[in-house]
Amino acid sequence: MDIKELNTQAAVSFDNVKIWYKAAAVDKFPINGGACVLYKGKQIAVFNFTRQGSWYACQNLCPHKMEMVLSRGMIGQDGEHPKVACPLHKSTFSLKTGENLNGDLNAITTYPVKIEDNFVYIGFLE
Amino acid sequence: MKTVVVIGNGMVGYKFCEKFVAKNENKAFNLLVFGEEPRVAYDRVHLSEYFENGDAEKLCLAPRSWYDERGIQLYTNQRITEINRTEQSVTTNKGEVYNYDYLVIATGSSPFVPAIKGVDKKGVFVYRTIEDLEETMQYASDIKGGKAAVLGGGLLGLEAAKAVKDMGLEPHVVEFAPRLMPRQLDHDGSTALEQKMRELGIHVHLNKATQQILGNGRIEGMEFSEGDSLQVQMLIISAGIRPRDELAKSCDLKTGDRGGIVVDKRMRTSDPRIFAIGEVALYKDMIYGLVAPGYEMAQVAVDQILGRETLMSETIDMSTKLKLIGVDVASFGNPFTSEEEAHSIIFENKLQGLYKRINISKDGKTLLGGILVGDASDYNMLLQLQQNKMALPENPEDLILGARGGEGAALGNVMDLPDEAVVCSCESVSKGVICSAVTEDGHESLKSVCKSTKAATGCGGCKPMVVDLVNESLKSLGKTVKESICEHFNYSRRELYDIVKLRGIETYDELLDLVGTGDGCEVCKPAVAAIFASVYNETANRQETIQDSNDRYLANIQRNGTYSVVPRVAGGEISPKQLIALGRIGMKYDLYTKITGGQRIDMFGAQLHELPLIWEELIQEGFESGHAYGKALRTVKSCVGSTWCRYGMDESVSFAIEIENRYKGIRSPHKMKGGVSGCIRECAEARCKDFGFIAVEGGWNVYVCGNGGANPKHAELLAEKVDKETAVKYVDRFLMYYIKTAAPLTRTAAWLEKLEGGITYLKNVVIHDSLGIAKELDEEMQRYADTYKCEWKEAVETPEIRARYTHFVNSDEPDSNIEFVPMRGQKMPKAWTQ
Ligand code: SRM
Ligand SMILES: Cc1cc2nc3c(=O)[nH]c(=O)nc-3n(C[C@H](O)[C@H](O)[C@H](O)COP(=O)(O)OP(=O)(O)OC[C@H]3O[C@@H](n4cnc5c(N)ncnc54)[C@H](O)[C@@H]3O)c2cc1C
Ligand code: SF4
Ligand code: FES
Repeated sequence: MDIKELNTQAAVSFDNVKIWYKAAAVDKFPINGGACVLYKGKQIAVFNFTRQGSWYACQNLCPHKMEMVLSRGMIGQDGEHPKVACPLHKSTFSLKTGENLNGDLNAITTYPVKIEDNFVYIGFLE
Repeated sequence: MKTVVVIGNGMVGYKFCEKFVAKNENKAFNLLVFGEEPRVAYDRVHLSEYFENGDAEKLCLAPRSWYDERGIQLYTNQRITEINRTEQSVTTNKGEVYNYDYLVIATGSSPFVPAIKGVDKKGVFVYRTIEDLEETMQYASDIKGGKAAVLGGGLLGLEAAKAVKDMGLEPHVVEFAPRLMPRQLDHDGSTALEQKMRELGIHVHLNKATQQILGNGRIEGMEFSEGDSLQVQMLIISAGIRPRDELAKSCDLKTGDRGGIVVDKRMRTSDPRIFAIGEVALYKDMIYGLVAPGYEMAQVAVDQILGRETLMSETIDMSTKLKLIGVDVASFGNPFTSEEEAHSIIFENKLQGLYKRINISKDGKTLLGGILVGDASDYNMLLQLQQNKMALPENPEDLILGARGGEGAALGNVMDLPDEAVVCSCESVSKGVICSAVTEDGHESLKSVCKSTKAATGCGGCKPMVVDLVNESLKSLGKTVKESICEHFNYSRRELYDIVKLRGIETYDELLDLVGTGDGCEVCKPAVAAIFASVYNETANRQETIQDSNDRYLANIQRNGTYSVVPRVAGGEISPKQLIALGRIGMKYDLYTKITGGQRIDMFGAQLHELPLIWEELIQEGFESGHAYGKALRTVKSCVGSTWCRYGMDESVSFAIEIENRYKGIRSPHKMKGGVSGCIRECAEARCKDFGFIAVEGGWNVYVCGNGGANPKHAELLAEKVDKETAVKYVDRFLMYYIKTAAPLTRTAAWLEKLEGGITYLKNVVIHDSLGIAKELDEEMQRYADTYKCEWKEAVETPEIRARYTHFVNSDEPDSNIEFVPMRGQKMPKAWTQ
């Protein structure tokens, strides 16, 4: 898969989801932490923000050094934004909008998540 | 409405705008600004940081919207090509004409490029704008690993040399004068600096007059006057500046013989409607290549235009401190007094590359200036003493040697400065203004004080003093100085430690609900994780998602997202059988192996899912975690000691192993390292460690609070000639006290520096039990030692923990993006492309 391509892909919103991919059971995801889902060759970081009772998904690729690591990052909150900090150099990204909160890296792509029958679903366009 | 036109949107031009809009309250003026560069004014002083982060935005002094919101019409990428003084108008390179009532020329300067044969060759650069840097970086990446020279060994040249080094090239500084920084340093100061530069890997060539640039189209070398030459593939010219006075010349404003627009103390040129400020202005026959005088000029011009009689200072302070390059160099006041004018006190330590000189007036009352090389930590205070003509201590040599014998520093307290003392010279902010921002205007944090007073927003050199002033002012109001760890907890680490312990809190969320706000972040989570580890001796496995990235997976993450594996090799002692086991496992998992600086073996390139497999095998072979990833004990380095060494006074290896096993696994505010040497030859470098033991006749000397790393510090003597049990007891107490009280990510040396009373106080706590807590500290440390478990064993044996080690939750496939390339018979990650 071409790494650069994923980084520039348009974010998916709830309304334009075409496919809800059934990723894994809820309890496979650490409390207040993330794990990585493989979907058609794409790596998606999925976060179980237990404390807020919410779920987020974004590309696993950190645009700083193009490494597939974001799912192993620590999550937290920066003002209004739920965020993830990259484990390599602590770039932080909003999990809502994908924007880089502590620098001016490209925004990351975010994906909608829904939970049904204790399963985590991620929304894709194709 | 009247119009002010500013030519030049550089540092001083911007400062003019900032000061102008602040004072132009009744909006009686239009402000038009023309800048030739493509971007809005940026911080040239910190230009070199662009190498580190490639982030032009960070350097920006104010975004374009700032100008819009204040009604300033800003035209970037437009050069003024003509000034018509009779029409009172300027013409742009697009041919547009604008009228002015007042004109401010802030066109700065350009790098001086000497007329050397061949300077126009490819690969020769200057160092002034972001574009210059971009071109240089581009070229540097094409000649990776090559050599590059900087022409000029002044302040800027040295900074450029460091940047060249950071670009991965071999740096050479070529200076015409017989010494480095000839305008700031004397001969011996320069020699000390030269030594430091060599240690940094920067080659220095003095007394070299460059005759021509060699090469066919592209630079291949430099030839000097004595026929000798230097092969380089790149050259940065940093040979001084030339004021950009071309516009002034073409409209017949008075300029100096060697360039620069002549201005009076009102910053007026020979045409009263035209002002010149910054590096283009020739004031008192001098061009000042620093921002602070430029900012003062901007203030004067603003006031003059608005009808206030502010005048430029008679004398301009040219004190400077070299920044960024990892060597302390400073020069202040008059560094070069003659014997008739002053006494100079000089301290030199060639071994450590230290050179300090202070010039004291003949009557011994005032400090005239000085030079600091190797250690400029006292620069700010010395500068204050000099500028405010403050009284000197009885023995002025204490100023550079520190008070010997008695307690307390010779330099006194920041609060002793007079209120008028200018603390931030870039923005001319005085001590009084900073203190009253706290005491009168109610600012309570450093950030808001800096924002409102602008102190420490220029070169940042005064920041340590501003911190002290803010803290002292807060204390004077009876406010406790909060070292709160982040926006989610309004408590210091020490307070959180007590809260966790006294209230028996066991999870992060519980603590956040009880005394915090919001949902936490990457700063407070690991800090709190460390507190839980210290209070309960729990491993990083229990609350894995609040651990720092390396702790979460019990391994250090590497460039390509793989991990390293470092088993404990206590005291550095390893048997041939263990070496074979490591070799076998390394080969099986195709790991890159290397001997570390901590006397053990690091195996790199393990993928996440391989970690438990590798550790399982290591544990079977009798290894355990080396905690190379944790804020915890790393290694206790040993020398071979009296078992083999003919000089050994005691068994250093046995002691190192014993002590490493005693403290292993304990989490602390920062990592801790130890060392044990068998005699004072000190082969184990015990005095460079957080704690160290050296065998001497009749016992062990105990040292604490040393480290290597970014800010090397030698450890201090805690106790002399004590037996082993006593030595261990003291270090137990010392470490426990440190663990309980230090701020997050503070090594022991930095902690001691902040501890009021310093080593004397620490000795009292540890040896004389002045706080009455020794028994408690002893027991807590013993409990750690008794409850140690290897967290990797725990991880491998517990299925739920083991399950964390997969790259995907929904697939067993490994990460297909990880790529390695071969290197010297082993492998390494594929290099980053950006
Ligand atoms: C592997 C090793 C370099 C080597 O190849 O020799 C190393 C590697 C790292 N060091 Fe180091 N340091 C290593 C010995 C040292 C030493 C030498 C020593 O211990 O005698 C020092 C200076 C001594 C000291 O600490 O006082 C050292 C001073 C640092 C520092 C600066 C600490 C400071 O207080 O300024 C850091 C950064 C930090 O900890 O914040 C650091 C951080 C790192 C990190 C953890 C950076 C990171 O987060 O990725 C590197 C991890 C490599 C890895 O993945 O395993 N490393 N590091 C050495 C491992 C020793 C070991 O067996 O555990
Ligand atoms: C790498 C580096 C490190 C430095 N470090 C320090 C330091 O540590 N401490 C310190 O005090 N100083 C330092 N300086 C010096 C400091 O940057 C300068 O003193 C300061 O920038 C001068 O400001 P200025 O506005 O006069 O000139 P400039 O910042 O150069 O701005 C002048 C601007 O005018 C523009 N201009 C010129 N002619 C025209 C025209 N005809 N029409 C339109 N626009 C025009 C130029 O393009 C430029 O943008 C450093 C400089 C460099 C390059
Ligand atoms: S000095 Fe330490 S932290 Fe820096 S590159 Fe080497 S191993 Fe990494
Ligand atoms: S790779 Fe993510 S911050 Fe550097």
